[in-house]
Amino acid sequence: MKKSIEDVVKDRILILDGAMGTMIQQYSLSEEDFRKEWFEEHNQPLKGNNDLLSLTRPDIIKAIHRAYFEAGADIVETNTFSGTSIAQADYALEKYAYEINFHGAKIAAEVAAEFSANEPDKPRYVAGSIGPTNRTSSISPDVNDPGYRNVTFDELNLAYQQQIKGLIEGGSDLLLIETIFDTLNAKAALFAIQEVFNELNTKLPVMVSGTITDASGRTLTGQTTEAFLVSLSHYSLFSIGLNCALGADDMRPYLKTLSKRSEFLTSAHPNAGLPNEFGEYDETPEMMVAQIKKFLDDGLINIVGGCCGTTPDHIRAIAAIAKDYSPRKLKNN
Amino acid sequence: MSLHPEYSGNYIYKWTALPPMKLSGLEPLVVSADVNFINIGERTNVTGSKKFLRLIKEGSFEEALDVARNQVEGGAQIIDINMDEGLLDGVESIKKFLNLIAAEPDISRVPVMIDSSKWEIIEAGLQCIQGKGVVNSISLKSGEEEFIFQAKKIKQYGAAVIIMAFDENGQADTYKRRIDICKRSYDILVEKVNFPKQDIIFDPNIFPVATGIEEHNNNAMDFFLATRWIRENLPGAHVSGGVSNVSFSFRGNNAVREAMHSAFLYHAINEGMDMGIVNPTMLEVYDSIPKDLLDKVEDVLLNRRDDATERLLDFAESVKGESKKEDKVLEWRAFSLEKKIEHALVKGITEFIEEDTEEARINSAKPLEVIEGPLMSGMNVVGDLFGSGKMFLPQVVKSARVMKKAVAYLTPFIEKEKGGGKVQSNGKIIMATVKGDVHDIGKNIVGVVLGCNNFEIIDLGVMVPANKIIDAAVQENADIIGLSGLITPSLDEMIDVAREMTKRKVHLPLLIGGATTSKVHTAVKIEQELTGSQAVHVLDASRSVTVVNSLLGDKKLNYQNEIKQDYQRIRDQYVGRNKQKPFLSIKKARENRLQLQWENYSPVVPLKMGIHLIDKLDLNILSNYIDWTPFFLTWELHGRFPKLLKDKVIGEEATNLYADATQMLSKIINEGWLEAKAVYGFWKANSTAKDEINIYDSDDKLLAVSQSLRQQNKKATGTFNLSLSDYIAPEASKKEDYIGAFAVTAGLKIEKKITEFEEALDDYNSILLKALADRLAEAAAEYLHEKVRKEYWGYSKNEKFDNQELIREKYKGIRPAPGYPACPDHTEKQTIFKLLNVTQLTGISLTESLAMLPAASVSGWYFAHPEAKYFGLGKIKMDQVEDIAKRKGVSLDQMKKWLSPNIID
Repeated sequence: MKKSIEDVVKDRILILDGAMGTMIQQYSLSEEDFRKEWFEEHNQPLKGNNDLLSLTRPDIIKAIHRAYFEAGADIVETNTFSGTSIAQADYALEKYAYEINFHGAKIAAEVAAEFSANEPDKPRYVAGSIGPTNRTSSISPDVNDPGYRNVTFDELNLAYQQQIKGLIEGGSDLLLIETIFDTLNAKAALFAIQEVFNELNTKLPVMVSGTITDASGRTLTGQTTEAFLVSLSHYSLFSIGLNCALGADDMRPYLKTLSKRSEFLTSAHPNAGLPNEFGEYDETPEMMVAQIKKFLDDGLINIVGGCCGTTPDHIRAIAAIAKDYSPRKLKNN
Repeated sequence: MSLHPEYSGNYIYKWTALPPMKLSGLEPLVVSADVNFINIGERTNVTGSKKFLRLIKEGSFEEALDVARNQVEGGAQIIDINMDEGLLDGVESIKKFLNLIAAEPDISRVPVMIDSSKWEIIEAGLQCIQGKGVVNSISLKSGEEEFIFQAKKIKQYGAAVIIMAFDENGQADTYKRRIDICKRSYDILVEKVNFPKQDIIFDPNIFPVATGIEEHNNNAMDFFLATRWIRENLPGAHVSGGVSNVSFSFRGNNAVREAMHSAFLYHAINEGMDMGIVNPTMLEVYDSIPKDLLDKVEDVLLNRRDDATERLLDFAESVKGESKKEDKVLEWRAFSLEKKIEHALVKGITEFIEEDTEEARINSAKPLEVIEGPLMSGMNVVGDLFGSGKMFLPQVVKSARVMKKAVAYLTPFIEKEKGGGKVQSNGKIIMATVKGDVHDIGKNIVGVVLGCNNFEIIDLGVMVPANKIIDAAVQENADIIGLSGLITPSLDEMIDVAREMTKRKVHLPLLIGGATTSKVHTAVKIEQELTGSQAVHVLDASRSVTVVNSLLGDKKLNYQNEIKQDYQRIRDQYVGRNKQKPFLSIKKARENRLQLQWENYSPVVPLKMGIHLIDKLDLNILSNYIDWTPFFLTWELHGRFPKLLKDKVIGEEATNLYADATQMLSKIINEGWLEAKAVYGFWKANSTAKDEINIYDSDDKLLAVSQSLRQQNKKATGTFNLSLSDYIAPEASKKEDYIGAFAVTAGLKIEKKITEFEEALDDYNSILLKALADRLAEAAAEYLHEKVRKEYWGYSKNEKFDNQELIREKYKGIRPAPGYPACPDHTEKQTIFKLLNVTQLTGISLTESLAMLPAASVSGWYFAHPEAKYFGLGKIKMDQVEDIAKRKGVSLDQMKKWLSPNIID
């Protein structure tokens, strides 16, 4: 039995992995790769639906997980960011939501088990990644009808339940609701988590991570960082943090707010800067680490990793510096 | 005093050990133990508002949103939304309305209260809010099972909950039933649902009184008593209620209803009710309820006499229709246009001014005539009323706001007209806070008052160097220059401006104003530097109009001669006065030092040695430490708070101002308009024979030396020539003693709101905010000092003073601030700033004149010796100035400049 993450996180800053999409791009995959054995007959193009690769090219996804573990990550995220039936409906694959999540978790857990066996002192964990879906329950998609919604709380709740069940049964150690730009979507995910925990009579640590979209310091749906924290604090979270949209420097003021106000652990997985005009991320590991160092100097975080544009090299650099710092102390409430 | 027979004294019902209830819309709302009362808007309720019901039924959602928006703008901190009406589809209506609100950031910034007696409506509502809201309400009405199910769901959705005092047997209607049901509900929530205690709110039923039914007579009292019991006995729980219910029997008689609501709230809040559904327009200020009405209302509420109901009903007949708001509004709207404009100006009402100005513009040949005609004559009325003491400063500033709005409205029309011309003003005045100084409240007030009297004000702002002031005066062809400053170095800057004016032959009258300025200083130091024109000290804003009118009027030469004679007389007296008073040499003064008994005294070791930062002081807590008296002084309302609220002459205006101030204060707190920080530290220290305080770190390395000044005026036998260093154990005593220092600010982030107000031409709120920031900074110093005495240094752990006692400085130990009487030497701020690393830690900086920026900041020393008392240094002799210049290692000239107001010549 490996050491529980709740214990490990007391001793040191945990390292989360980096981007999945950036890594997949490097393999220059073709439509064929996204169909292999599973969706050969599907009537729609599937290229770009990265979550399918856990089924069709598990070798690649495993290699990516491996690369991150080798770089020093303690936690890898499953390749399930868009694994809800709602998001998969774009490809008419809503029926496969459970499989995507189950296999996504399963292959990650297999890689984690290899590493944990080889290095018992550094147990590795799998975080089941739960994305925001491509719909928002707090904003109307139709500017002329602000009261309209294209997804309801109940629809989200059910879709999330299915995803969560797959993630748990596939072997996730924890769950990570990430890139939250609409807190109501995240509340539906938390609601679903409790439903599934009750049903399966189990419980995993739950991480949440919000996205502050720009310098206004607010989420896409308008909440301040502190309001975001308050709105999700009804659940006893493992950690709360921020990811995506911003590079580390731009994220820092909001992370400070979280760090100051939160009674939970804090996490951050920023982008490698902001995308350039080609949509690529230019920040080198050195550049990013220089910014992450400020998080560490200020004692802001317990868990740190990367989001869009980050690679195993980024994570290696982050892991190398983070090991010299002690984690943020929780307030004794 | 509690109404509750079982409780007396100070209550500990706030359960400060528990985390506060935190709610959120787009922004957080923290209901901490110190929050006095959370105002819940009630207008978006179909059962309570016919208008809202009609709007929802008609599908007029735009207007329905306006109802919500008005409430939030009117100060509601939570909005209650209720769609329980037989003819409405409650589920669909609440979903629709909440979704619409989500698209309106100025509404959805506050948390939502989902108000329904139907579970499916509550659940539908919970599924539409991204923030943490409140459910209103659930109860044991249908038994424990359902109650537990609903509570669990609410917890899972992440909301706070209101519990009605209602069980299987019906609604609680006695004190006993109220507390029994609340206790039972609480125990279930805590034990079986594991509901967060601080998220539980009880509604122990507000029922009507004076219904004529005897059983109802104790309705209000039972609520009060139950409220107290809940807050004392159910840790963390809050109490809320719908207030308007209590006055149900008096529908149609708003005067009585308003009085009853206020009186009810007053008592309920005293007993611990900390949230409530209230219509703010149906509230009278408690203190301004006529005594006879209040007595009868309270007889009913408190069930003080058997015939209370009859007496109030009789009395109610006589006050019927005296409701203060809407009826009267309509009345003045029927006046003639000129009178309407005058009324708006005198009363400071901005609501209709654009409409009225537009009407006047259409009626006039030129837009300019509107200013010269009705607006100006309205302002003349304001000026006359103010001049004759019938209007007060806060009102005048509000009038100015109306005037500015009207002028801003007309400006584009005036500019469009060819040769539209310019309003002929009575004169042009350059105003500035001098170089090195950042304080501008007084200057701004004077500017507004003069502006009201049709003087054109060119305000150059703060920290303005002499040549810039004079350049502006020349360029603008100004008639007068007005200088302002608060700290003592500004006095020298003013002299400098006078000198420069003489040098550049700018012969304009020079107005001098600000807290440290005086007629004596103006006469002795400034007037003599100004040749070819006249310097005049202006004591306060209300005198400024007379002074300026006299300086520019037909008889200006007469007036200037009077001033000249007056100032000559002051100079003669001044010289005579100082000649008479005997002073000691610094050596002699030191011989007459205060010698405390150090042998038997053991200094208390500070518990938290070293430097400590409080990155965010809770403004809510600070607000309890505000000394309001100086706040009113800023507005030239003289008197001690709270007595002045009831003053015959200024009471009403003071009450209005106080209401505006407290309303703004709650916004400052809840919306984070200001941020307060503090840094403090304690070190080892000993004094030397030369009035120095040596300050050491824990390794006994010398960190800094505080150079204190000593009184030099000859003292009566048995009294001493004091210096702050007397309060620290001398090196010779071999006792290890300690000193502390601090810096606090409450002015961080103020610029944003000030800019907003200034852009909205709203001087009133701009000045109000600055004045409140100043008060909060002082409150922060007071609060921090208490913490220091009781905890951080801990030399007075068991003291217990209320705010009034704190204001009267009843505590042990002192916190003298550089620039104030005990140590007028501003350069000591540099010592403190360096010791505490103030600028880097808090963002407070020092200007070249050593004013602190933000202006709302305080810094000083801490002395813990029980004999330490505040004193005034008074005048000192040149020998001490030379001595301290040497000790500080600065030139004599520099030291003379800093200490000039204290040096006898």
